[in-house]
Amino acid sequence: MSNERKLRVKTLVMVFAMVVCATTGDSLLKHGMTQIGPVTLTHEGLLHSFRAAMSSGTIWFAIVFLIGFMISNMTVLSWADYSYVMPASAMGYAAVTFVGMFALGETVSPRRWIGVALICAGVFLVGQTKPRTSTVMEAAR
Amino acid sequence: MIRSAIVLAIFVLSGSAGELAVTYGMKRAGAPEYLRIKPMISFLGRAFCNGWFWVGVPLMALSFYLLLVLLSWEPISLVIPASALSYVVGTLGAKYILQEDVNGMRWAGVLLVCVGVAIVAAG
Repeated sequence: MSNERKLRVKTLVMVFAMVVCATTGDSLLKHGMTQIGPVTLTHEGLLHSFRAAMSSGTIWFAIVFLIGFMISNMTVLSWADYSYVMPASAMGYAAVTFVGMFALGETVSPRRWIGVALICAGVFLVGQTKPRTSTVMEAAR
Repeated sequence: MIRSAIVLAIFVLSGSAGELAVTYGMKRAGAPEYLRIKPMISFLGRAFCNGWFWVGVPLMALSFYLLLVLLSWEPISLVIPASALSYVVGTLGAKYILQEDVNGMRWAGVLLVCVGVAIVAAG
């Protein structure tokens, strides 16, 4: 496998990890906070919600996934272009839509499908470019 | 409205500046040699010791705070789609600050993603 192809595969794997971790982490966070209930904006209310969040297994599970997102994001940015990674990670919006429709049986509006189609087309176009173009960083190190 | 527009501009600029600073820091830290536990721990050690990472984090925190402020002033259906502007500002920063080669195809992709995210976020 050529270096160029290896770099592309490595980058796409890390972007995929980012999207999976962010989508799962956000969904678990939403689920965990729904279990806890609405947060009251008083000293006692905030303290109670904080304690409930810290003793919730779902919230901790969400935090693990969000740390996974942060590490995969930092790692992929160490070799790939920001202008490549940032739009590619928008696939999370499409992933949430597909999960909502197929796993949760939600109805998706035509307008949302148009948005998802534009995101997929945009990510496809960005995916056709080289993942790393900046050479200035190598010199700066 | 002018107040919201100014805060929106600072929100987009601080968020993009934070992410560009973190990207610069990660490039300076250098990529992990292999995607295995030991090289990854070494990479994360270098990343967290990099000053640019700690420039980026407060900027992103400021951006998040301003998002909360905007959400308290304007409807979510306006704020979240408008935040998709970050894709364009981030790409401009990548081109002119990080000196990435953003060709026509990448620009077209970024613009499609930006419009798509705005439509999806508008609900």
